[in-house]
Amino acid sequence: MMRLLTSLFVGMTLLAVPVFAQNGPLRLELDEGIIEPLPFAVPTFVPDTPAAAQYANDISRVISADLTGTGLFREIAPDAFISRVSSFDAPVQFADWKAINAEALVTGAVNVSGKKLTVRFRVWDVFSGQELGNGLQFAGTTDGWRRMAHKVADQVYARVTGEGGYFDSRVAFVSESGPKDQRKKRLAIMDYDGANVQYLTDSAAIVLAPRFSPSGDRLLYTSYESGRPRIYVLDVGRVKRQELKTQEGTMSFSPRFSPDGQSIVYSLAQGGNTDLWKMDLGSGQSTRLTNTPSIETAPSYSPDGSRIVFESDRSGTPQLYIMPAQGGEATRISFGQGRYGTPVWSPRGDLVAFTKQNKGRFHIGVMRTDGSEERLLTASFLDEGPTWSPNGRVIMFTRETQGASGRSTLYSVDISGRNLRPVRTPDGGSDPSWGPLQN
Amino acid sequence: MNVLGKFAALGALALITACTSNDPSTLGGGAGGNGAIVPGSPSDPRSPAYFQQAVGDRVLFLVDQSTLTPEAQTILQGQADWLLANTDYVATIEGHADEQGTREYNLALGERRANAAREYLISRGVAGNRLQTVSFGKERPIEICSTEECYSKNRRAVTVLTGSTTG
Repeated sequence: MMRLLTSLFVGMTLLAVPVFAQNGPLRLELDEGIIEPLPFAVPTFVPDTPAAAQYANDISRVISADLTGTGLFREIAPDAFISRVSSFDAPVQFADWKAINAEALVTGAVNVSGKKLTVRFRVWDVFSGQELGNGLQFAGTTDGWRRMAHKVADQVYARVTGEGGYFDSRVAFVSESGPKDQRKKRLAIMDYDGANVQYLTDSAAIVLAPRFSPSGDRLLYTSYESGRPRIYVLDVGRVKRQELKTQEGTMSFSPRFSPDGQSIVYSLAQGGNTDLWKMDLGSGQSTRLTNTPSIETAPSYSPDGSRIVFESDRSGTPQLYIMPAQGGEATRISFGQGRYGTPVWSPRGDLVAFTKQNKGRFHIGVMRTDGSEERLLTASFLDEGPTWSPNGRVIMFTRETQGASGRSTLYSVDISGRNLRPVRTPDGGSDPSWGPLQN
Repeated sequence: MNVLGKFAALGALALITACTSNDPSTLGGGAGGNGAIVPGSPSDPRSPAYFQQAVGDRVLFLVDQSTLTPEAQTILQGQADWLLANTDYVATIEGHADEQGTREYNLALGERRANAAREYLISRGVAGNRLQTVSFGKERPIEICSTEECYSKNRRAVTVLTGSTTG
């Protein structure tokens, strides 16, 4: 147990090391290569019947991909295995796994009966020869096999790190195709790893920035289908949308749910001025939260719903501010060089992720909610629009490349700044919104 | 009815004057020009195409700015003159931003720019109820390179004639 957790603790310690706010891009190299990912093995789960063989194989591969994708784990390739696991209940030959330096081992079995799929699994600490937690079983349908694999991986992640997982979750985003000057945009939803993409709108009107409800049942988004930007709410299960009426002749955009899902906060532009408003979804009534001649946009609630972080150019350039959820005096929290935007409160409540623009480069960064300990996680021609994984460990965002052939792609990065990786989507992607863990 | 009648009479008079001073076969031919005005084409001063090309349908902005430059004010003065002379038209002013900036901020900035153009037109006598605004933020660049040469053309407010009450 001690040994198993050692390398991860190295990682955690590293994350807690204060970093230097001024030298953003350098930070990436600071962390690179220092952490040693924890080696694990997932021998292909044992199929109870021949009909289960393909599922057993696919589920094992998805579990491995989930764990490897975190950057915290390293898969030991199956061709290095000494032991074959041919029975779920046979004793584990720990010496064989120690010999190939596997510190964590995941064993499992898959049963298929008609359309019913059952997955059993155990997580082992190889060096102590102990089981980590208890064996567990998930049951579902065969077409939900990927979710079952994600659930197993979430369990492994949680047991080894002591933190919640994020694999059984979905991401809403804007699917993009075509050149920059006539880009087609469609609202889409997928598993966190890019699988099972489903389109929710056609590309007839520009759509922007979907935002999940706290329970994941609805999406807010902005669409030009009426000719001007207006906010819509979409029932994810039924794929039915409805406009959220704001004042006639105005533009409304940048919506986000309150943590209780009962109201939204959004930007409303009229007469050259953009302010923040709140709408009660039950009554449809809107109330104004800010009243200044500057631009106020990109609001995001604290997890307890008591405060809102947002972007304002009241000081002359866009900066981040926090105010009480019902409006009132705002406190500026960003003080570094450059322009700050799109703040998003972390699910743990301790950090704010943001977009920063400085000296012609864009960054995704995080800071504490009082503005201290700013760290830049990425640097590129154009990074923007962070969204948090359900456990507050990973940030997904939009990266657009420059020039006439520029393209938008989704990326994810660990909050340490390590493990930057593209998220696979069929076409270009932008404006991700990471939903909650599914039930 | 009375007012309309007077306008009709004036129009007829102008037409007669024009006809008497020009070759009747080229109705409305411009002074010095030897081609006919094709209604609706850029050579027709009452056409949206003329507004777009000869008057100039767009004004450009400096980085992060929504203040109207002297050049922008000159173009908007021309737009105002045209709109005052062609009262059948209404317009939507579309505000845009370059790609340097977040999506949300650029939406707000584009609206600020569109509104700056609208306020100027109103100050020159165009009725506010003829002028709507919308922002496209950075969603609809016309130039797609990632240099200032393109950015400067994308930071714009475009006055789009959206309707004419006549056929």
